[in-house]
Amino acid sequence: MTRRARALLPFALALLLCGAVLLAVGVDPFEYGAVVLRRGLFSPRGVQESLSRAAPLLLIAASLMLSFRAGLWNLGVDGQFLLAATVTAATAPVLDATFGRAAALLGGLALAALTGAAWAALPAALRAWRGLNEIVTTLMMSFLGVSLANTLIKLVLRDPDTTVPQTLTLPVAERLPRLFGSTVHLGLPLALGIVLGMHLLLTRSAIGLRLRVLGESPRAARHMGLDVPRLTFTALLGSGALAGLAGGVDILGVWGTVRADWNPAYGLMVVPAVLLARLNGYWAALVVALLAVLSVGTESAAVRLGVPSYFNLVFVAVVLLSLGAARPRRV
Amino acid sequence: MAGLTPGFATQFAAGTLTAAVPLLLGGLGEQISERAGVLNVGIEGMMLAGAYAGFAVAYGSGSLWLGLMAGAAVGVLLALPMLLLCIRRAADQIVTGIALTLAAQGLTALLHHVSFATTYPRLPAPATLYGRFPLDYMALALCAGLAWLHRNTLLGLHLQAAGVQPAALDQSGINVARLRGGAVLTTGALAGLGGAYLSEISAGVFVPFMTNGAGFICIVLAMLARRRALLVLAGALLFGASQSAATALQLLGVDVPSDVVQMLPFAMVMVLLAGLGAGRLPAALGQPYRRGGQ
Repeated sequence: MTRRARALLPFALALLLCGAVLLAVGVDPFEYGAVVLRRGLFSPRGVQESLSRAAPLLLIAASLMLSFRAGLWNLGVDGQFLLAATVTAATAPVLDATFGRAAALLGGLALAALTGAAWAALPAALRAWRGLNEIVTTLMMSFLGVSLANTLIKLVLRDPDTTVPQTLTLPVAERLPRLFGSTVHLGLPLALGIVLGMHLLLTRSAIGLRLRVLGESPRAARHMGLDVPRLTFTALLGSGALAGLAGGVDILGVWGTVRADWNPAYGLMVVPAVLLARLNGYWAALVVALLAVLSVGTESAAVRLGVPSYFNLVFVAVVLLSLGAARPRRV
Repeated sequence: MAGLTPGFATQFAAGTLTAAVPLLLGGLGEQISERAGVLNVGIEGMMLAGAYAGFAVAYGSGSLWLGLMAGAAVGVLLALPMLLLCIRRAADQIVTGIALTLAAQGLTALLHHVSFATTYPRLPAPATLYGRFPLDYMALALCAGLAWLHRNTLLGLHLQAAGVQPAALDQSGINVARLRGGAVLTTGALAGLGGAYLSEISAGVFVPFMTNGAGFICIVLAMLARRRALLVLAGALLFGASQSAATALQLLGVDVPSDVVQMLPFAMVMVLLAGLGAGRLPAALGQPYRRGGQ
């Protein structure tokens, strides 16, 4: 089998298995697939929605590329994302009302990145200076972050004028500029630029080389005279900042507000995309685009055919598992 | 359990134990895996799958015990890919674990949607023995048994060697893959059982994503406890107490928002980890073992 055909094998397997599951619960897999593709890709509205969805996913991909390249597992992306989204959603309308749109957008994005970084800081410091396994701590902080975001929305940041607890809403006209009369917002080129920039940073720069050495062998990094704790801390902090930025972009570009109990949980979905792309930015962008279509399409299919959109997790999982079976090595 | 025990303290204690047993079962299971050098991040998914299977079978058959067995069986079923990929093919344990968790989340959400989403049936409160569900006593006995196993038996020593120095264990004639495989399957069974307990006994109902990080807390418990099973029990009780504290506070008239309640165990984990650290994890934890050093 050629290499290219082998790369497609996980997808074929995932499609096959998901189809079988759908059949088993009495849903026509071909109809389901058609709805997913039509609503995610082959309709003007769908493709615009998918492109908008790609923006936060790309930023999360950049976040994971950074941490995985350094051999660190930032599995707390969801908490960083949601907390940053909440902070942005609560502050941007206020900034907008007092200082205008530019301040709202720039300030919102900056606050989002800061919040994400802040939420990654504790696991990062514990890992860097106390050697504490970051998988566990980032996961714990993720659950904490999600609950904290909900608490903040319900108790502190709540918009008094709505019945459902949610933050203030940034008016549509004040959100990120739309591109060429479509609904796709400026976050997409921004995110794309950041993913490709991250790729270049990791492959072409001195700091990228240091992170690679750290990821391949912390021992070698120490022998090279690198400040391993500081490098570890910086990588995880940067990863958190990018995950936070993803939250900010999604709010300022699409939603404008965060409702209580909203948690898109993009984080673990993007992990396989990044691994499948072997941390290569170009491939990651391509796989993330597929993921965005899948994400938007399954959400529509959930409404149309009554299959919960969480079902797309099964597809992602099978791709991930067959990937593990095919390539028995970390990254 | 509410109403069975009058008095605030007894109710608090009962709530603590009910919340602690799933964590105890999962934590003991994860401990076995981690001792053997396999970091099982899929335990969250195994518990969730066990919760669904346990509830569905218990509801369908009317027998809680059948449900518990089904939960354990599904846990083992989900542990099989872990065994094949991580031990046979030396795939990355963390990636495999994440995948298993995602698969379980997606599948249980779908199955719940087609089976219980419109009716949300509840199971009746279980029959008790001296005030507790019999599995509680069994879980405590299991904890004591495992404490003895980890400390005093050859199998416990072998498990430890598989996690610290698998090559040495291999040289002494023990099949590392088989030992680790057995550990992974045992973890699956215990995690599935814990999940089934969660839906059948603790909650009486299945809700998608209902484990909500319980599996990850089990990982932390196992990491903090290292080889001591009794420490897993202590940790599980601590977390159980933090969960039932909210109910207790509400009885005292203090209204705690549910989101704050959900934060408690995770905040406690972070404090524990930051304070105690989880140093001296098994040296080969997370490392696949291949004969001949490759």
